[in-house]
Amino acid sequence: MNYSWNWSILIQPPYLGWLASGLELTLVISISAWILALIAGTLVGVVGTLPHRIPRMLAATYVGMFRNIPLLLQLFLWFFVVPELLPSGWGFWLKRDLPFPELWTSMLALGLFTSARVAVQVGSGITAVSSGQRMAAVASGMSPAQAYRLVLLPQAFRIVLPPLTSDFLTVFKNSALALTIGVFELTAQTRQIESFTFQGFEAFTAATIVYLVIALLVTFFMRTLERRVALPDTMGAAS
Amino acid sequence: MTGLDFGVIQRALPFLLEGLALSFFLTAVAMLGGVILGLGLAVIRLSRWKALSILAAGYVNGFRAIPLVLVIFWFYFLVPLALGRSVSALQSVVIAFVLFEAAYYSEIFRAGLQSIRPGQWQAAYACGLGYFQTLRLVVLPQALRNMLPLMITQAVVLFQDTSLVYVISLRDFMTSASIVANRDNRLIETYLVAALVYFVICSIGAASASRLSARWRPA
Amino acid sequence: MTKAHIQASRTPAEIVEMPASVRVVPISQGRKPMVEISKLYKSYGPIEVLKGCDLVVERGEVVVICGPSGSGKSTLIKCVNGLERFDRGALVVDGVRVGERASDMTSLRARIGMVSQHFELYPHLTVLQNICLAQVHVLKRSKVEAQAKARALLARVGLPDKEGAYPAQLSGGQQQRVAIARALAMDPVAMLFDEPTSALDPEMIGEVLAVMLELARDGMTMIVVTHEMGFARKAADRVVFMDKGAIVETAPTQQFFDEPRAERAKLFLSRILSQ
Repeated sequence: MNYSWNWSILIQPPYLGWLASGLELTLVISISAWILALIAGTLVGVVGTLPHRIPRMLAATYVGMFRNIPLLLQLFLWFFVVPELLPSGWGFWLKRDLPFPELWTSMLALGLFTSARVAVQVGSGITAVSSGQRMAAVASGMSPAQAYRLVLLPQAFRIVLPPLTSDFLTVFKNSALALTIGVFELTAQTRQIESFTFQGFEAFTAATIVYLVIALLVTFFMRTLERRVALPDTMGAAS
Repeated sequence: MTGLDFGVIQRALPFLLEGLALSFFLTAVAMLGGVILGLGLAVIRLSRWKALSILAAGYVNGFRAIPLVLVIFWFYFLVPLALGRSVSALQSVVIAFVLFEAAYYSEIFRAGLQSIRPGQWQAAYACGLGYFQTLRLVVLPQALRNMLPLMITQAVVLFQDTSLVYVISLRDFMTSASIVANRDNRLIETYLVAALVYFVICSIGAASASRLSARWRPA
Repeated sequence: MTKAHIQASRTPAEIVEMPASVRVVPISQGRKPMVEISKLYKSYGPIEVLKGCDLVVERGEVVVICGPSGSGKSTLIKCVNGLERFDRGALVVDGVRVGERASDMTSLRARIGMVSQHFELYPHLTVLQNICLAQVHVLKRSKVEAQAKARALLARVGLPDKEGAYPAQLSGGQQQRVAIARALAMDPVAMLFDEPTSALDPEMIGEVLAVMLELARDGMTMIVVTHEMGFARKAADRVVFMDKGAIVETAPTQQFFDEPRAERAKLFLSRILSQ
């Protein structure tokens, strides 16, 4: 292997700055997409467990749409196709006046793509709560919305917290796809460093380490959260 | 917005089909290689050789923590360097996908193997079977039932992930669609049709996975 | 049928033997019954689980429903607060026709307490939070008021020191007593019990029945599905025997135990009492 190492490239300007701004965009896109995914996914997950058939079918359609089309293509659809299909005034605004359209598109596309996964998790969490709990809530005069908010969802979220960790991790990894519509997030920046300096090994190593650290931090955060909301019986504190 | 013209798809059909064939080829090769390598990784991880088991865990968790796009870039850059000669994009991508998928399939195998009660191992040992005989004749056939739906689901994810070869301009279905879209300036029609194609193929895969898991769910 | 009718039908000997549970609280005369079930039918697909049930429960009355498993007992009382829908018939609870407007059902459920076989305490909430939840969110009571009520009820069911515990930290009997307190916190006009002791270990059944017995003596209207014939003897005004989706016999408690008319009730009693 014929390769001239130069690790110092990573801390030289402008490359260090490129890495930092790439990391910033990766974090901004991933975290906002995750928040959107949690909100939309919870809503769709709840709708998927309602007793009526039509809302359940709608939720299943939503999940199927977002799960069965590659994220890359979804990004292109939001970026290139949707503005053309909207009423022309909106389309013009999106294309001309909206600042950073590629950033907003990445957040939206990644958020909705992930929301389908969250919806499946939340739905299965709600189903895992015994039907007696729903009945007990309804029997005490709660409205369906109250039963979900006060009784079913708090339990469902505890059940699905461990599997949600992997979806949260996946958001960070998937945010790399934003580079295909011109967002210079972490992976794009390292790729750029490689093509400027030909020090691909160092650049990709830097990105790999950053993603590993993000994964460790996310896992640590979710474990801490799990412990914080764990009920006493699962912590061995039962009398 | 000018009128839609889906004729563009018809004219580009052979080109698109060639791309689709490459997508399927990549999926098949990555799945086959990933399953074989993944089984090995899972067995090592569950084995008593501490050092090897930690190495395998590091491999799996490492690959699962980084984006596939970065993996594709890594191997696109690394493989020619390691071999000392230039290789095609396809070759580097095949290696990247096999190694990447192995990490995910190994997790499926690990969960599947762990789902078999220890009593099954003990019963097989008591009959005089060795470790690999027990694995092959007793444990894997049982674990496969639990794993097959997950393996199909993973294959659907993999099929979608092959679209990422777009980043190194390898002409799979996604890249071909984007070439047609830009060459003929028919982005709306081409991307909508491409989405439909992916949707239909992946829905069939997802439906067969859920049918399998429903059929095999313990009563 | 009113309490007066029941007592009038008893022989002097029976009155001497009357259980200590004869309530000091008079049953309100002339007011509408608490529950009026008439000609109730329900099927799950081809299986008919209720075949034209009739039952009237007066205010202040304690009715025990017994019968073999699968006889439709649970389904019948779940119909009373609308947790199960029925196909045909009429059901009026505290002046509300069940099965009509959803909004009426919600307010009706808030006034009917329900205690089920598996307790169904909310596992993510402490005992105190369990008892306060519906008080605060359904009755819109202040937190302070709800907690005061909860503490008083915990004392009443004999668990004054468990307010901070989570359900999983309690025994089955304790959980069921909390469930009763949770239902009572809503100031219900009637209580439904769906096999409240059948999921309990034998040594815990007594503590739950004691709480229920006291409730009966205080004049609560109660419909209790149970196999605990000892409880029925002590607490019930009437016993209803169900079999295969039909009410086979309804009789004052003493009469039911001493001279059941229906053959199936006789058989059931002889089996259950010989256990």
